[in-house]
Amino acid sequence: MAPATPPRSAPLARAPDAADGSAGTPEAAGYLRLLCGWGLTAPTRARVARPGERAEVEDVLRESGPRGVIARGLGRAYGDAAQNAGGTVIDMRGLDAVRDIDLAGGRVTVEAGVSLDRLISLTLPLGWFPDVVPGTRFVTVGGAVASDIHGKNHHHHGAFGDHVDSLELLTPRGERIVCARDQEPDVFDATTGGMGLTGIVLAATLRLSRVRTSWMRVDTERAANLDDVLARLDAGDDRYRYSVAWIDCLARGRRLGRSVLMRGDHATLDDLPPERREAALSPPRPPRLAAPPWVPGGLLRRSTVAAFNEAYFRRAPRMRRDHLEPLHSFFFPLDAVRDWNRMYGPRGFLQYQMVVPFGREDALRAAVERLSGARCASFLAVLKRLGPERGLISFPMPGWTLALDVPAAAPGLEPLLDGLDELVAEAGGRVYLSKDSRVRPELVRAMYPRLDEWNEIRARLDPDGRMRSDLARRLGLTDAHSQAGSVR
Amino acid sequence: MKDALGAVQSVLVLGGGSDIAQATVRALVAGRARRVVLAARDPAGLEAACGDLRRLGADHVEAVAFDADDVESHERVVGGLFERLGDVDVVLVAFGVLGEQERSLHDPAAARAVLQTNFVGAASVMLPVAERLRAQGHGSLVVLSSVAAERGRRSNFVYGASKAGIDAFAQGLGDELAPDGIQVMVVRPGQVRTKMTAGMEEAPFTTTADKVAEAIVGGLRRGSHTVWAPPVLRLVFGVLRHLPRPLFRRLDL
Repeated sequence: MAPATPPRSAPLARAPDAADGSAGTPEAAGYLRLLCGWGLTAPTRARVARPGERAEVEDVLRESGPRGVIARGLGRAYGDAAQNAGGTVIDMRGLDAVRDIDLAGGRVTVEAGVSLDRLISLTLPLGWFPDVVPGTRFVTVGGAVASDIHGKNHHHHGAFGDHVDSLELLTPRGERIVCARDQEPDVFDATTGGMGLTGIVLAATLRLSRVRTSWMRVDTERAANLDDVLARLDAGDDRYRYSVAWIDCLARGRRLGRSVLMRGDHATLDDLPPERREAALSPPRPPRLAAPPWVPGGLLRRSTVAAFNEAYFRRAPRMRRDHLEPLHSFFFPLDAVRDWNRMYGPRGFLQYQMVVPFGREDALRAAVERLSGARCASFLAVLKRLGPERGLISFPMPGWTLALDVPAAAPGLEPLLDGLDELVAEAGGRVYLSKDSRVRPELVRAMYPRLDEWNEIRARLDPDGRMRSDLARRLGLTDAHSQAGSVR
Repeated sequence: MKDALGAVQSVLVLGGGSDIAQATVRALVAGRARRVVLAARDPAGLEAACGDLRRLGADHVEAVAFDADDVESHERVVGGLFERLGDVDVVLVAFGVLGEQERSLHDPAAARAVLQTNFVGAASVMLPVAERLRAQGHGSLVVLSSVAAERGRRSNFVYGASKAGIDAFAQGLGDELAPDGIQVMVVRPGQVRTKMTAGMEEAPFTTTADKVAEAIVGGLRRGSHTVWAPPVLRLVFGVLRHLPRPLFRRLDL
């Protein structure tokens, strides 16, 4: 017998809370809700259904209207990737079963709604850690696949998709298929990084890495300027499994691009002082601080950010070796403040993340110069070397990636970022679709040269165009020979 | 879709002949807007305006027939326009007539015509537009009101009453649609140098269509419910509307 599902004909109620990026009461049939991304910009309304198991996902997909469906996880995409105005959004957090853990081989099979937070708290005490984690552990496995996220080890280990053994995908036509590198490889490549537009990821088998402690052994060093940080990253990255640099986008002149490099590896038992060895694998603590529910606009203004950056740079040691740091503060520093996205005030913020290929350091320099010249307040800017490309429209490519948060209300932001987009596209680089909320659609084709190839596979899987998202509409991603924002 | 910085991609203008509307669409096309439909009673007269928009970079520009006074046609016409344009990020209700106050005093039919177009016509077309926006789950509806809506004045109360009516209608509709994420924005310009006001004596704070367009684009970005053009008129009319009647009556307004 099929499990009882709520009646589909019930009138849709408006959920009580509005555009806060979180979800309302669990309900398979759905609520009308305003949704936005982590940046809290451009909310749109959708019917949000929260299925509790695979069969219910199939029901929701089958009953989706002309404006289609998209899956949503924890809403950490900054822009509109997990929104579907006028259509259906499937809140996948109800599919949270851990199906299998292989403690000998380091593999885990989980449903798509399982968060990395949950996965880590499950596997870390057993001595296993996901091969790839992003800057927050509050993302779902399904979201990690769709964004083909990368972490601080991309230069060595590649993206999330490189560590997925297989995926269970519900195709837009309602078939359940399994894909992997050697099984339906084109579907696998189109789905990892495919922004959820090839179907609904139901489950994934992931590879884990053996770790002995929940501590990191970290080297920290300051770099005086951009040349210095690039040289240090270039020279030293091979020695570090994880590497990232915090960069001060407000510093000017000789100090342009001054940075703090933070690089390290998992600590071994021998690295720990004896008193810590007993509970070496104790899992990370949950967030303890919360941002206030309402923050006036402009709290994070240039003066406060400049002061923060100055203090942050000076606080960092010039050179410190083998410092022990808790794993969660190394990987997920911002997770310590719940709802930190509200700190940018009511108009929200956006994250600009781009990559330019190695050899185009001139473009990177020009970008940092323009950001610094525009006095564009950002206290969260990171610089990192990325490794090989994979997938069809995955973001990472060999080169330098720069990511920074900026308040949406910052004056002059649009021409500044439009100019950066052109610079990046000209250099053969790209912006990250999971972060994007404003790129000019015309440039996406140049940034993602395999978009047509991806779109052919997508169209084969989804001939009726059931998978839809605001991101896809805004950028015309699913249009044949994508035309900017065309009629769809 | 509207992006994170409030730039829009597609625009439908009802009353495409309006100078303010054309200036607004030009400003939007200079940003991200690529698809534009100008609906007007005389679409043939909009060729030049369409050409300008294409030169500015719009991919899809067309002028179509729309009669604000033919209220029976509104549902059908609006349905057709949304079909043509796909998702509509902004609908700008810009049609309107100024009428002649002197003539209206002695010719009820002339007064009715002003009320019919500016109030009945606009309200009639805004309802199906609102339904379509609600169905697509996003969008902005911009309505050209006027400072004349703020207080009945001897010199233009027929026009003022028609704008006061649509202004109140739009405010209420905006509150109705806010939970659906739909922005309804009332625009209250002062006197604007356009073909509508050609030959009129210039009032203080007279502005240009481009300035009003700038205010509209800014309001779309901020998600405002009301914009004034120029902004100082908000203060001026804030005072004027509270002046005691005997005093107000003595002012030659």
